[in-house]
Amino acid sequence: MSFDNLSSNWSKLRVKRPQPDQYKDAPYKWAMVIDLDACTGCNACTTACYAENNLPVVGKERFLAGQAMHWLRIERYWGEGEELTQEFPEQGAEFLPMMCQQCESAPCEIVCPVGATHHTPDGLNSQVYNRCIGSRYCSANCPYKVRYFNWFDYPTNAWPSPLEQQLNPDVTVRSKGVMEKCTFCVQRLTEAKSKARTEGRIVNDGEVLTACAQACPSSAIHFGNLADSSSKVAKMWNAQQVELSAYPQKKDEQREKDEQLGKNEEVVRGYRILEDLRTYPSVVYLERIRSAEV
Amino acid sequence: MNIHNEEQEVATEPRFVIKPKDINDEISWAQINEDVLRSLERPRALYWVIFFASLGLFCWGVYCEIYQYNTGLGVAALNNPQVWGLYIATFIFWIGMSHSGTLLSAILLIMHADWRKPIYRFAEAMTTFSLMTAGLFVLVHLGRVWQFYYVVAYPSERWTWPNFSSPLVWDATAIGSYLTTSVIFLYFGMIPDLAICRDKATGVRRLFYRVLSVGWKGTDWQWANFRVTYLTLACLLIPLAVSVHSIVATDFAVSQQPGWHTTSFPPYFVAGALYSGCAAIITLFIILRYTFRFEQYMTIPILEKLCKLTFAISMVWTYLNMIEYAAVWYGTDPVAKQTLIFRATGTYAGWWWAMNILGSVVPFTLTFKALRTHIPTMMVVSLLLNLGMWIERFMIVTPTFAHGYYPWTWNDHWWPNWVQIGIIAGSFGWFTMLFMLFCKIFPSVSMYEVKEMVYHRSQARKGAALLAASAPQPAKS
Repeated sequence: MSFDNLSSNWSKLRVKRPQPDQYKDAPYKWAMVIDLDACTGCNACTTACYAENNLPVVGKERFLAGQAMHWLRIERYWGEGEELTQEFPEQGAEFLPMMCQQCESAPCEIVCPVGATHHTPDGLNSQVYNRCIGSRYCSANCPYKVRYFNWFDYPTNAWPSPLEQQLNPDVTVRSKGVMEKCTFCVQRLTEAKSKARTEGRIVNDGEVLTACAQACPSSAIHFGNLADSSSKVAKMWNAQQVELSAYPQKKDEQREKDEQLGKNEEVVRGYRILEDLRTYPSVVYLERIRSAEV
Repeated sequence: MNIHNEEQEVATEPRFVIKPKDINDEISWAQINEDVLRSLERPRALYWVIFFASLGLFCWGVYCEIYQYNTGLGVAALNNPQVWGLYIATFIFWIGMSHSGTLLSAILLIMHADWRKPIYRFAEAMTTFSLMTAGLFVLVHLGRVWQFYYVVAYPSERWTWPNFSSPLVWDATAIGSYLTTSVIFLYFGMIPDLAICRDKATGVRRLFYRVLSVGWKGTDWQWANFRVTYLTLACLLIPLAVSVHSIVATDFAVSQQPGWHTTSFPPYFVAGALYSGCAAIITLFIILRYTFRFEQYMTIPILEKLCKLTFAISMVWTYLNMIEYAAVWYGTDPVAKQTLIFRATGTYAGWWWAMNILGSVVPFTLTFKALRTHIPTMMVVSLLLNLGMWIERFMIVTPTFAHGYYPWTWNDHWWPNWVQIGIIAGSFGWFTMLFMLFCKIFPSVSMYEVKEMVYHRSQARKGAALLAASAPQPAKS
């Protein structure tokens, strides 16, 4: 944010809601689709994330104190009273992998006093560790609570020698007192983009995957470039009739009309979490389909 | 006959009403000097008890802060949804405390309420020190406090600026300007008194007061300039005071969280600020009156007026509080409503009800003259009111974190641990210590304004008596 920008181009700095043609000419807009029907809750994605992004394992005590650093967490939900009626409640759980939703109109970005979290041209919600002063306002304003704060000095504590040898050299080890969160494995994206640039093309679909998408054994997590209309993710978003910059979605309006007319045909199952807050997330979840009796 | 009588009443009655006796107007100017300067010499033993107790608390707070600084904020029982804890709640509390000094010294100055004169100086000092304490909380709560200057818009060789859309940047700017202005205002208003101290002091102290009194001689020219500047500063300070707490309120109102995203927050915060500030002034009034033997200046009628002011503000606060509940209850946001229900019935229900009772019911004790003029009762009541206002801030910050938008992260059993409580106790120690030091080093009663007050009152009384004697008596029929 330079002084020239401030003095001459103030309107550019205003936070706007996403526009429909925002990524029309852009080469990249990273996005995700998570199929909850395919998710088995195995936690492989979480483990892969820990390994890829140098996340500290905080131990049981701090985990129970709410100080875990899992950028990607598997949430478990039960229907009302369900966990009490079943002998093995884990069997009936529904799983939801939750990570930073990379909102297009992110609540965290406008409140950061130092601009440590901001939007990149390829649609990521980035976090600049060097700039972060740890006011934690971003986390306070995040409706999903997917931002994690370095409560302790993990670089010197979490990896006793020789464990520091297994750290990923492409990822910063964060110091005490900064905020961090899921980056969509930005180190992989950057590498793929520079490789593609040297070859004079854009990144092919499937050329780069986040660690979680790569590790998912049931292929529940799909990752790709939404700006490339031929990519798998773009096709899935289209099939689910979810538009990045729309709220309410056309299909929701259609569904309301259908309900009024007495029609009840579910054709799509894609939704974005807490969409009514108009954060415009980049992650689409596909509803789980349960048969009447398991 | 009738018409004649009425005219006479109109002419004589309203102009010569003698106000209730706030201060003994026969007290001599030399006596005022002597009484106030005595406060710089020999306070009662209670002064030292309070001073060392607050010093001890402050040291304990420093120990907790050093431990937290070295180990990381995790030792303060903060966790993922509860990222702010009591630090921000107490920060708002201290910012709020800083408002009544301005109310007494600037707003009442412009409104010509002369009963403020014996008590505005210490209220103004309270403003300054509570602002300093609030500023400390911003630092205590930062994860990387050594980088706090990133928030300030300073010229950087990399052309990096703070994010001007963030309320925290507005905060830093507003608190910085308010602190600067209130320190200047406090010091500037003290210059004639510092000159009196200089004239009476000896040795090193004389040098100290001589430097601070910047050559004040009390000439007409100096007084004229002094008056104009003081009034200008007062006018500058009032909008700053109102804006500071409005901006602190926007920290919450601008965010998206249930229970915070309320447009009535800025006036609600300002009312709460004036409320807790007035209650704190009553507490300090009673302490100073006893420890420095200021019974002649900090009189019961003045205490009564303070109490009435506090009661009025408490009712404004109650009204705005009800508006906030009503706006949420009848509003369209189901999550905000659920958070409100959680406050009233969830884990923190006891605190929520305590806040409402302490904030809205306890001030009704101030409506009874017998209680208003009874000093021990007022000490307890004023402390209770401030406790209520601290809980109010706690109830704004914590339940929203405990019961926000995302059910997976609900954390309704959160409770602060000894590090947080130690730092908060330390902040009370730090404030009291600074305040007590101030009262010992600087005259905490404004000598020149009390002289003015005494002079005006005695002149008014003499004039009224003279006129009453010379006025033609209506013929008795």
